[in-house]
Amino acid sequence: MELSIFQDKELAQKILQGIKREAERIGREVKLMHVCGTHEDTVTRSGIRSLLPENVKVMSGPGCPVCITPAEDIATMMEIMRMAKEEGEEIILTTFGDMYKIPTAMGSFADLRSEGFDVRIVYSIYDSYKIALKEKDKLVVHFSPGFETTTAPAAGILKEAIDRGIENFKIYSVHRLTPPAVEALIKQGTVFDGLIDPGHVSTIIGVKGWEYITTEYGVPQVVAGFEPVDFLMGVFMLLRMIRKGEVKIENQYTRVVKYEGNVEAQKTIKALFDVVDAKWRALGVIPKSGLELKKEYKDYEIRTFYKVKPPELPDLEKGCICGAILRGLALPTQCPLFGKKCTPRNPVGPCMVSYEGTCQIFYKYGALF
Amino acid sequence: MCLAMPAKVIEIKDNVAIVDFGGVRREARIDFVKDVKVGDYVIVHTGFAIEKLDEKAALESLKAWEEVMKAMEE
Ligand code: SF4
Ligand code: SF4
Repeated sequence: MELSIFQDKELAQKILQGIKREAERIGREVKLMHVCGTHEDTVTRSGIRSLLPENVKVMSGPGCPVCITPAEDIATMMEIMRMAKEEGEEIILTTFGDMYKIPTAMGSFADLRSEGFDVRIVYSIYDSYKIALKEKDKLVVHFSPGFETTTAPAAGILKEAIDRGIENFKIYSVHRLTPPAVEALIKQGTVFDGLIDPGHVSTIIGVKGWEYITTEYGVPQVVAGFEPVDFLMGVFMLLRMIRKGEVKIENQYTRVVKYEGNVEAQKTIKALFDVVDAKWRALGVIPKSGLELKKEYKDYEIRTFYKVKPPELPDLEKGCICGAILRGLALPTQCPLFGKKCTPRNPVGPCMVSYEGTCQIFYKYGALF
Repeated sequence: MCLAMPAKVIEIKDNVAIVDFGGVRREARIDFVKDVKVGDYVIVHTGFAIEKLDEKAALESLKAWEEVMKAMEE
C-alpha cells in the first residue's frame, strides 16, 4: 500500500504553504491544542513548531496516560505487593515500560523490583495474560493504565479471562477517558482556538465521541493521524475553519477512523467497566473520567482482595511544572529544571519519564524553541 | 506504550493474527476487527488490532487534499 505518501516532503511543503496563507488571512494569534503523546512526538521530531507561521501556536495537553496516573495508585500497588508477600502469596506484577519507571515520593516499580519483587515489563496486556496462563500457581496482576486505545485491549483480554474463568489474572485499573479531560481543561480556563483529536483514541470512540466538545463548547476539531503530513493537514483544516468562522468537527484520518468508531471495542469496554470520577496526577479529580470494573467482575480487580489505604503523596516534586504542561499552559522549556536537574536518566516529574511525556520528547529531540 | 502502527496480516488463527511491521513479525489479537482477512492492513496497538486500514479512504483523502490545495492556489 502506498502509505509513504503521508511522509512526503513535497506534499508537506504544499500544505505548509496553505497553512501560511490561512494564518495570514486570520491575522491574529491562533492557539491549537492536541492531547496525544504520539502527536507530540510527530510535532517535535519533525520540527513542526518551527515551520509554522509565528501566529500559529501548538500546545500539548494531557497526552499520556502514564504521566497522569496518580502517584498514590503506584504506591498503593507497591503496598499490595508487600502485603501479599507477608501473607505468603506470590504476585507477578506486570506493566508497561514507561509506567515501570514513573517516580513517586515512595519510589517506583523499578525500585520495587530491586527490592526483590517479581515485576515484569510487558508490551501488551495479552503478554501479561499469557504469563498467567503459564504460571497457574501464581497470581498475575497487570497494572493497567491507558486511554481508550489501551482500554480496548484490556477489555478484550479481561473478557476472555472472565469467559474462561481464569482466576489467577487480575488488573489494577487506572484507565482514563480522554474527552472528559479536554472538557475539564476548558472549564478550568485553558483557552485554545482548535483541537487536534488523537487519531488512536478516535479509532475507538469515533468522531462521534468528540462531537459534544464542538457543540457544547464551540471548539473546532480535526481528528488527525500521526504522519507529519497528517498533522499538518489537521492544522490546515483547523485554520481554514477558524478563518471561515466555522465551528465543526472534521476527520482527516479517514483511512482509519470511522464516524461511529470501533463499535465492537466500545461494547466490550461498556460491558466490563463503569465510568467513575477519577483523579489525574497534577490535574485533580475529573468528573466521569475513569473506568472501574463493574461489580459483577470485581474479582478481576486486585483492590477487591487487598485493602490498602492510599498513602498521601505529593503529585509532583517542588519546581516541576508538569501540571501546567498537561493543561496546555506551558512547554517544557519554560521549566527551570528542564535539561538541568531533570533529564530522562534522572527524571524529576512524570512528563520526563514516559516515552510520550512532553518533557521527554522535547529532551530527546533537543527541541529548544 | 501508546504507539499504534500499521501492519500487514500474514496469517489468522482464531482471534490471533500474525502481522508484519515492515519485516518484523508479531502476534496481534483481532477480537475487535472481526472481518479482517489475510493481506489486509491493520492498526496495531499494544498487541491488538484496533481497526482496519482503509486503502480506498487513504487514496480518496489524498485526492481531496490535492483539490483543496489546488483551489487555494487560484
Ligand atoms: S493512547 Fe494513543 S491516542 Fe492516546 S495518547 Fe497514547 S498515542 Fe495518543
Ligand atoms: S522538565 Fe522535569 S521537572 Fe520540569 S516539568 Fe518536565 S518533568 Fe517536571
